[in-house]
Amino acid sequence: MSGILGKKVGMTSIFDENGVSIPCTVIEAGPCFVTQIRTKEKDGYEAVQLGFDEKPDRLVNKPAKGHFAKANVKALRLLREFRDFKAAGITIGKEVKVDLFAKGDKVSVTAKSKGKGFQGVVRRHHFSGVGMTTHGQSDRVRAPGSIGSSSYPSRVFKGMRMAGRMGFRNVTVKNLTVVQVILESNLILVKGSVPGAINTYVEITK
Amino acid sequence: MNKIKLVEATQLKTNLPEFSTGDTLNVHVRVVEGDKERIQQFQGVVIGKRGSGMGATFTIRKVSDGVGVERIFPTHSPRIAKIEKMKSSRVRRSKLYYLRDLAARQIRQKTSL
Repeated sequence: MSGILGKKVGMTSIFDENGVSIPCTVIEAGPCFVTQIRTKEKDGYEAVQLGFDEKPDRLVNKPAKGHFAKANVKALRLLREFRDFKAAGITIGKEVKVDLFAKGDKVSVTAKSKGKGFQGVVRRHHFSGVGMTTHGQSDRVRAPGSIGSSSYPSRVFKGMRMAGRMGFRNVTVKNLTVVQVILESNLILVKGSVPGAINTYVEITK
Repeated sequence: MNKIKLVEATQLKTNLPEFSTGDTLNVHVRVVEGDKERIQQFQGVVIGKRGSGMGATFTIRKVSDGVGVERIFPTHSPRIAKIEKMKSSRVRRSKLYYLRDLAARQIRQKTSL
């Protein structure tokens, strides 16, 4: 597995060589820097830590400053580890760019989805609601129904799906096709949509 | 949004004639049959334009053997080989959907200069 960090730019569509319009998401990915290499001997697992998105030095606390100084890179906003990173010539401080991917690759994209706030069961869990407004139930159209009967079980089971906060969780979309890679401007286009709002950080893995 | 424009810039057509709703266009469409490619022409009145950037489309209406035919073209599609502007006319709507309900003679009156 190898991967890169980026930021969602937005969506557009482009035409392929047959003139078919392909909807795609534009992601500004990289340049990332290798900030640390985890090894079996020292850390118990193999991984590569990548950093993305420069930030000014005044926003960096001392421990982080030392961490970045070790890799000899500028301060970065986002650090993420990738297990079993397979790419040639990975050394600490090295730049990882979007040319890791090529047109036609299948990638997975992980990002934090848009927050939807407190939602009822119809929106959050696709319940169908009670459905009728007659027979004396004019106000239960979007209600969850029974959540636990009276004699058995006389309680509510753990994990019962109910209303609550929805969205703003990590979502991975697998098997997206890379449509185009623009190395000069660090852009990558993947077919289809990607979780999260514009400017959300995303992880692209292959 | 600038980065999206950067992506689109490589595919947006710059050589299109400027046309607006009410104009009569002759659109040369590339048609692929098996491994052969030929040009098909579609001539008619622009009854609407929508969208911007890569998503822009326009709708052309013509009456073929007494049957109204409408085609929606993506403005920047590579399948459009050429757009010829045959006639322009002043109309007072941005969408000419009412032409669907008019007779040919009335359409001529409506779209005459």
